[in-house]
Amino acid sequence: MSTPGETPPIRYYLLRIVFAGIVILSCTWVLLPIIISILYAFSSPQDFYSPKEIIPLHYTLSNIQKLLALGAARATMNSIIVAVMTVIFSFALGLPAGYAFARFAFKGKDSLKLLIIGLRMFPMLVIAIPLVTLYIKLGLNDTLLGVALAHTTMALPFVILITSSIFVSVPIELEEAGYVFGLDRKQTFLRITLPLALPGLTAAAIFTFIMSWNEVFMAAVLTLTNRTLPAFILTSAMAAPDIIKFAASFIMILPALIFVFIARRYLVSMWGITVR
Amino acid sequence: MTSNKQGYSLVERYLPYLLIAPALGYLLFFIGYPLTQGVLLAFTDQNGHFTLQHVYYLLYSPSSNFWPALEDTLALAAVIIPIQIMLALGFSLMLSANFKGKDMALYILIIPLTISDVAGGLIWYSLLTANGFFNKLFMALGIINQPIQFFGYQFRPMEFIAIVLAEVWRATALVFVIIFAGLQMISREYIEAAEVFGAGTWTKLRHIIFPMLKPSVQTALLIRTLFAFQVFGVVMVLAGRDIPVLAGEAYYEQTILYHYGVAALYALIIAAISVVIGYIYIKMFKAQYLKEVAM
Amino acid sequence: MVDVRLRGLVKRFGKTIALRGIDLDIRDGEFIVLLGPSGCGKTTTLRIIAGLEKPDEGRVLFGEKDVTYLPPKDRNVSMVFQSYAVWPHMKVRDNIAFPLKIRGVPQEEIDKRVKWAAELLQIDELLDRYPHQLSGGQRQRVAVARAIVIEPDVLLMDEPLSNLDALLRVKMRSELKKLQRRIGVTTIYVTHDQVEAMTMGDRIAVMNAGKIQQVGTPEEIYLKPANTFVAGFVGSPQMNFFDATVKLDGEKLLDAGEFTISLTGDLAAALKDYNNKTVIVGIRPEYMYPRELAPKNMIGPEIKGVIDFVEALGSDTIIHLKVGNKHLVIKISGSHHYRIGEELTVIFGLDKIHIFDKNTGRAII
Ligand SMILES: Nc1ncnc2c1ncn2[C@@H]1O[C@H](COP(=O)(O)OP(=O)(O)OP(=O)(O)O)[C@@H](O)[C@H]1O
Ligand SMILES: [Mg+2]
Repeated sequence: MSTPGETPPIRYYLLRIVFAGIVILSCTWVLLPIIISILYAFSSPQDFYSPKEIIPLHYTLSNIQKLLALGAARATMNSIIVAVMTVIFSFALGLPAGYAFARFAFKGKDSLKLLIIGLRMFPMLVIAIPLVTLYIKLGLNDTLLGVALAHTTMALPFVILITSSIFVSVPIELEEAGYVFGLDRKQTFLRITLPLALPGLTAAAIFTFIMSWNEVFMAAVLTLTNRTLPAFILTSAMAAPDIIKFAASFIMILPALIFVFIARRYLVSMWGITVR
Repeated sequence: MTSNKQGYSLVERYLPYLLIAPALGYLLFFIGYPLTQGVLLAFTDQNGHFTLQHVYYLLYSPSSNFWPALEDTLALAAVIIPIQIMLALGFSLMLSANFKGKDMALYILIIPLTISDVAGGLIWYSLLTANGFFNKLFMALGIINQPIQFFGYQFRPMEFIAIVLAEVWRATALVFVIIFAGLQMISREYIEAAEVFGAGTWTKLRHIIFPMLKPSVQTALLIRTLFAFQVFGVVMVLAGRDIPVLAGEAYYEQTILYHYGVAALYALIIAAISVVIGYIYIKMFKAQYLKEVAM
Repeated sequence: MVDVRLRGLVKRFGKTIALRGIDLDIRDGEFIVLLGPSGCGKTTTLRIIAGLEKPDEGRVLFGEKDVTYLPPKDRNVSMVFQSYAVWPHMKVRDNIAFPLKIRGVPQEEIDKRVKWAAELLQIDELLDRYPHQLSGGQRQRVAVARAIVIEPDVLLMDEPLSNLDALLRVKMRSELKKLQRRIGVTTIYVTHDQVEAMTMGDRIAVMNAGKIQQVGTPEEIYLKPANTFVAGFVGSPQMNFFDATVKLDGEKLLDAGEFTISLTGDLAAALKDYNNKTVIVGIRPEYMYPRELAPKNMIGPEIKGVIDFVEALGSDTIIHLKVGNKHLVIKISGSHHYRIGEELTVIFGLDKIHIFDKNTGRAII
């Protein structure tokens, strides 16, 4: 006679096996395309064009080199410059605002915050088209600065909200202790609040960098010769052989993968904030 | 001394506004100016006179792709979003269980968050192209004996599928993060209480988890719908103009045809749709959510 | 209705060991109280009985049935959660009705029972509100109502009255107890309120640090604590403890330094293995009397000290007495005027003292 206490464990283990299968399948669904595309980016052309080699056996750097020679080297550099400028601009403007939202009570705070939240939902890509006219007048068309200014518009609402929530998480008692021991507001901010907020701010900066690095529509509209990497891929690399395109996708995702690894602890909460 | 003190408190009083002003001014200029400029571009001719010629072109010209673009944008959204919501719900439920390697699985599932639409398109291109991974794999397995063609104008339905796959793969992570965060906020005890009172898996899902997840699902839906009207990079990479979308047409009119007025009109349309969706969302869901689930 | 038996339950959470081998037999229809300090494993024990947690070792038996691995839904238990777990998206009415709906009870019957439970807990006015519109105590009553609308085999309650005002708490105690008598459901009730434990429990299981220290009726727990922990945990103010050396050569006595306690024949016999060793002596504050207030023909040890501090509680007076380096607490009923610094002689009955092994803390007598 089997006691009821003993039957569940068997079902329990069966369920666990099925469950493990589902987990593995889900992870494969995400990882497999990335792994394959990276392998193909380094595949020798013979292996790629041979129907037999599902996974390439011979690897080469020549795809990457050819892509860089086509102009991707400069485009990558441009992308980095634009992204760094975007981070600097959006933090210079957004950090003080974020601090104000976190630490002050003032009239109109809620409506202002709501406005920022609303602006974050705004499809920023639409500003690129009319901006061209302004940029031509100002001599900003086809410049990296011009792209960075547009990207700053896109990143700014996010930076304000995220820095505000980071500052909120720094206990106010620690700041008050600073005042008690004779620091003024500025000193307290620089010596107490900022160091405590630094890890979160770094993650937010990384995130902003990626945002700009990935943006393609504005970059493609606002540049002609000074292409950023995604704009370059869209306009030039699409005519190149397949294997060169894979190299392009590798360069595109490389910083993203590195940064996911560095900032992974913050990633979920950060996206949580951007979309809440 | 007293004047000094007063000056100080004055600065203190206006400090928050001073801190916010630069950011707000920047945003208002960089959104307000282009929008005004956009209206001018869309409704005036070269001489600055009011005209509807761009509107007529957009709506009726045989060389305008507006209606197909609207249709395909909507079609993509209609297919992609439900799949993403289901998948994200599944992933979230999966990760709400405790198991070894849970953190690892979480990190893996959110990797696509940081991958751009262009890169996502290229990654799926490497899987689906004639010499791509899946074609080679299925041929080696003997399931097919010649490659399935996904790309090219004559294979538009397949291109559509490729876009769906790439977008589901890339952007489900975003929906997942929103829903997962919502699920995390549901205290375990709410679910356990249901178990104690005899609820099976389905009852738990239907009466406890889904109702409590409603606000998160609605947020995810909103964000995804907004993004759907901005879809661009993936489509350009995988299908070019074979499958026209609103942002793609705007780009094409602007950079290839130099129809600045028409491009601006597209921009305004996308902006208007987004504003309307956002407004509906706030009106319909937000209020209700605040009323019911303010815990 | 079933009896519940716990056999050697061990539960670890990472490095912390929440339960270190819990053995407990709960009779069919019994009202047992788990009493213990915060973090001792009471909630964990309940959760294992409910099936929300699987023990690392040990078994749970309902009657003859081993339910250790049975999911909660198949156990027919009901529970009041310590944090209430009242579903925020359902109205009070739907919260209470939920267990009935799952069991497929007809709507008419559901309405009747919800009404009954709501009236019993005085929340019938609140049935159409959402939980966020309730106070903490009201929410707790919803949780209790939800637990009692069904007739489970085992009713688990995790501090169900902790958030109620004194008046309501006293009333709810007797209501719950009456209800339990009437339906005769096996009930496991967690509290760290001694009065609640004493007044409600058929038996009390005192827990500490993941182990059961003693199981017994309220009288047994109070009068015959099995060790220093139980002796110290039950009773208020806490039992007085002091070290004393057993002297059985010559005059038989307990030497506490500042004073001595002469031992009668049977006490001395019980302590014969402890000659010249140190033991812990315990005496409850309520069994010590200032000599002038002692019952008429009371004989027993007397201790002289100086009044250090007096707490006048109205119904009781608590005197803190300094005896050399020792500090004794005496509780007398009624209000009395004692001045700080005054000398006071207290007397107590030899039959009221407890003696514990200094090393193991176990009661010798
Ligand atoms: N999920 C958990 N993860 C880690 N440790 C836990 C967990 N649940 C309980 N513990 C630990 O197990 C021990 C027993 O916890 P338990 O909740 O059973 O205490 P309790 O007796 O109910 O206390 P209280 O009276 O405060 O409710 C505690 O040390 C607690 O920190
Ligand atoms: Mg507890």
